[in-house]
Amino acid sequence: MTELLLSFRLAFLVTAILLVLATPLAYWLAFSKFPAKFLIEAVVALPLVLPPTVLGFYLLVAMGPRGPLGKLWLALFGRTLAFTFTGLVIASVLYSLPFCVQPLVASFERLDPKLLAASRVLGANPWRTFRQIILPLSLPGVITAVVLTFAHTLGEFGVVLMVGGNLSGTTRTVSISIYDHVQSIEYAAANQLALTLLAISFVLLALVYGLNRRVGVRWLSN
Amino acid sequence: MAIELTQSELGVRVRLTRGSFHLDVDFSVPPGINILFGPSGAGKSTLLDCIAGLATPQEGRVSIENEAFFDSASRLDVSAQKRHLGYLFQSPALFPHVTAKQNIEFGISHFPIPDRNAAVAEILKLFRLENLAARRPAELSGGEAQRVALARSLVTDPRALLLDEPLSALDAGLKNSIIADLRAWNAEHEIPIVYVTHDRAEVDALGERVITMDHGQIIQQGIPREVLDAPRHQRLAQIAGYENVLEGTVKEIRLDNGVMRVALQGTTTSIEVPLSYAKMGDSVRVAIRAGDILLALERPIGLSARNILHGTIESLEQRSATIICRVNSGATFEVHVTLGAGRDLNLQAGREVWLVLKTYSCHVVA
Repeated sequence: MTELLLSFRLAFLVTAILLVLATPLAYWLAFSKFPAKFLIEAVVALPLVLPPTVLGFYLLVAMGPRGPLGKLWLALFGRTLAFTFTGLVIASVLYSLPFCVQPLVASFERLDPKLLAASRVLGANPWRTFRQIILPLSLPGVITAVVLTFAHTLGEFGVVLMVGGNLSGTTRTVSISIYDHVQSIEYAAANQLALTLLAISFVLLALVYGLNRRVGVRWLSN
Repeated sequence: MAIELTQSELGVRVRLTRGSFHLDVDFSVPPGINILFGPSGAGKSTLLDCIAGLATPQEGRVSIENEAFFDSASRLDVSAQKRHLGYLFQSPALFPHVTAKQNIEFGISHFPIPDRNAAVAEILKLFRLENLAARRPAELSGGEAQRVALARSLVTDPRALLLDEPLSALDAGLKNSIIADLRAWNAEHEIPIVYVTHDRAEVDALGERVITMDHGQIIQQGIPREVLDAPRHQRLAQIAGYENVLEGTVKEIRLDNGVMRVALQGTTTSIEVPLSYAKMGDSVRVAIRAGDILLALERPIGLSARNILHGTIESLEQRSATIICRVNSGATFEVHVTLGAGRDLNLQAGREVWLVLKTYSCHVVA
């Protein structure tokens, strides 16, 4: 069960970090008129199309003792990043970024611009408009972003293997563990973990769709 | 030259280019309802956005009581949230996740609670919304929602009110009752109101002052009857409900009688029209409402009307309770008659008729 706990710890941390990072980024992507915005959009979407091993490989190089990120980390904290839990969190944040940003951007862009204009004209500054109008009306998008990020991080394999390796209690997540069991022809153990992951994923998704439906019906019926 | 504005006049001078569209206007409006009239695409909404601070002009100045919100000369651009104006759109744009009352409170959230409650109670009463206060926008009808939106703007006691065709989706009864409420409010709070519309009926219902706009420019301003009933601009004549706009040349001017004769292009006849800014030989257009033309089966005699033209009916078309009759008299005239008149005169295509036009039904436009 250490693998499961590790996976959940990772998924929780990554989701929390991404919500903080992705929300302002999504706000900027949705509302900025910056002409080269498409470049940033492309960079954010890259993890969707790149094979996880490619992303994992570059992250491993960057986090290694001679890589820029690794050197910086070594100078700051006296440790390297590769094959550590922290390294895994950083890699997962990058890998799951589009899964958090894109639902947020989509729901921000779906908002009626007249509502935002009305809020401004009524004297609300951008922060108040965000808290009281944009965020509550984008709640379905926020829930989708949270769940997709969480589930995606929970299930990742390639990047974890490249950056984290397979250290019990530190970087051996559920998906790595399942792979290990299968390699050792321990199908019963693999099945137990796989089934648990399957059940949890289903419950999470069912919760989200149920929640979204409720929120949606209440406000957006017109 | 700096124009001194009288108290709480809204002064607007705006120049803005977006692609091939140019907005270039300079006007000021006093407290009361001022109508901004023009066809869609004339730039009316963009102009309101510039006043509200939602769009930024390349050049100009927007001010109330000589206090500027925007002044390109001094690089002043007060943000929309600090201009303290009311702005009502075509859609009510109510926040869907909170109640009508919470919508109304949004703009006065900084008030101390007793003051806020008093202000909300007062505006709910004035707009007869007490029973709807607890409802969410999805539970309101179109008219109710727009009434809440108006209350939400007015409760902030704005320095000016901008209305962008706010009643265009409502039926006449609702429209009139909301206009009456707005008038009542405006009598107590003397602020400039700019009311955008492309609906002629709304102009007549609201009319104190009208500014007509087209292609990003102001064409005319004045009181509605003067501006719209005697349009001096052809496009304006078309949008203001003049079905006939005919080309002609001034061939006689009679200052003593206050009239002139215009030879209509394509005809051998000329018509008498009121004197206007034109000299002999000028090309002018004459605008005539289809409903202002009389049809006769024989040449009428003993009439005060000065213009009697002979023609042939080209086509007839019934549209609800009106017969639209096209008569060729060298130029083609559109004439509207009632169903009864059409029946009694036995109007048919090919039939010869006489057109009767009063001098004062003929409007010379630029």
